Amino acid sequence: MIEQVFFFYFACVIAAASVLVVAAHNPIYSALALLIMFFHVAGLFVTLHAEFLAAVQIIVYAGAILVLYLFVVMLLNLRHDDRYHRQWPMAAAVGVTLVIEAVILTAMKGWATPVVATGTETTVEGTSNAGTIGDVLYSTYLFPFEVASLILLVAMIGAIILAKKDLGEPTES
Amino acid sequence: MTELSLRLAVSLAQILTEMGIVMVTVATMTYFERKVLGWMQDRMGPMEVGPYGILQPVADGIKLFFKEDIVPAGANKAMFALAPMLTMVVSMIGFAVIPFGPNMTMDIFGLTIKPFVVADINIGILYILAIASIGAYGIILGGWASNSKYSLLGGLRAAAQVISYELNVGLAIVGVLLLAGSLSLVEITEAQAWHWFIWGARPDGFFPIHTQIFAFVVFIISAVAETNRIPFDLPEAESELVAGFFTEYSGMRFAFFVSAEYASMTLVSCVAASLFLGGWNAPYPGTIFEYVGLEQLAWVEHIAWFASKVYFFLFLFIWIRATLPRLRYDQLMRFGWKVMLPIALANIIITAITVYFFPRG
Repeated sequence: MIEQVFFFYFACVIAAASVLVVAAHNPIYSALALLIMFFHVAGLFVTLHAEFLAAVQIIVYAGAILVLYLFVVMLLNLRHDDRYHRQWPMAAAVGVTLVIEAVILTAMKGWATPVVATGTETTVEGTSNAGTIGDVLYSTYLFPFEVASLILLVAMIGAIILAKKDLGEPTES
Repeated sequence: MTELSLRLAVSLAQILTEMGIVMVTVATMTYFERKVLGWMQDRMGPMEVGPYGILQPVADGIKLFFKEDIVPAGANKAMFALAPMLTMVVSMIGFAVIPFGPNMTMDIFGLTIKPFVVADINIGILYILAIASIGAYGIILGGWASNSKYSLLGGLRAAAQVISYELNVGLAIVGVLLLAGSLSLVEITEAQAWHWFIWGARPDGFFPIHTQIFAFVVFIISAVAETNRIPFDLPEAESELVAGFFTEYSGMRFAFFVSAEYASMTLVSCVAASLFLGGWNAPYPGTIFEYVGLEQLAWVEHIAWFASKVYFFLFLFIWIRATLPRLRYDQLMRFGWKVMLPIALANIIITAITVYFFPRG
């Protein structure tokens, strides 16, 4: 019962905050709405007994990526720009299509009661949350994991090359 | 439902006690810092209020409470009010997972609780890292909402600095996590017994090849940087930015920022004590109270050890402040990325190899 209350609270706030992210005129408010959304997504993870994912969600998204967004927004000092006004017709068309799709799908499937984890089905005896993820990551999903790290490495080297424009050229100025 | 409300009430009582202890520590620290700084600079420090100025924190508190609350024209009022609260809350809730005393259980009204830790969650240390990374928001928002160039510059510096040094904090503790095999602060502390992780603890004794002393140094330096203390206080450098992100703040909001800084200093001291110096464990096996036959009072000695370790770190913070000059901004960034980061990474690799070849018993 109480899990469902929390689930609906988190779900409602996530939906409302996501709308605010794109609807707010001030980019700072957008970023803050995104922060609130990240926290509630982490809350959803906690109700699913995935505490490790919840913490990583906060550390990576709220603690690093969003701070960087805020940093850039403040550095450029964007204020009340009319970013989306020309995209209204397009956005409305896509939105209406998606809503109709959602309605049709729901009508076909009917309302399913949300499945709430009781903590018994995911827990592996004797290992912790993080330990389980580590085991799976380095056995079942080893290949995707290594591919992801390779892509990140490429991105890192790419960023260095983009930032150092005079790399490999004789220094002129 | 009654069990739930009872549990809530007990947790609330624990939280209030812990917050009280932290606030008293913060008040003590404001006095302690001025006094120690004074002695180190051959001054007396505060002497006027009470004997040896011991009531100075009370006087400061009353003064700040009655000060006028000024919101600068052109400031974003909501954000201006939100920033100090966010900073304060973030620096307080991290204490929830800190084990202040031994991992024992107690029965109150039929409930089994752990009296010395509010929440023993299995990802304790990640929770602390998450909380610490949120701390940057209060500073950035405060700087931005003040609508002042000094504040904005201070906020931006703080953002860059906190991101850079947070990474080093996160990497420095990986060695400890490898040795302990757990993310829970309670389990990490228990795994150290009386030989601490800084010396390479194992159940069968010291094991110098596992030593975490390099990680410890990286952690302490990065912790000083993350709490914006001298010599890393670029976000609030008074000689260039007036007071950085809280230039425009006055009265209780200013007090919030200052007490949040002391609270986060206390928090990182607690974390450092738990991770590297064995938390509540004494530097000898067992406790003296056990040897003289007072087992039920052993927790007093454990808590005393924890408190003395935390106060040692707090003293270290002040000592560093009195000793070292402020770094320049580019020096700060270069030091973080080119010195601390490689040391932390090398420590992870070496610890991983030694743990693989010499696993803990």
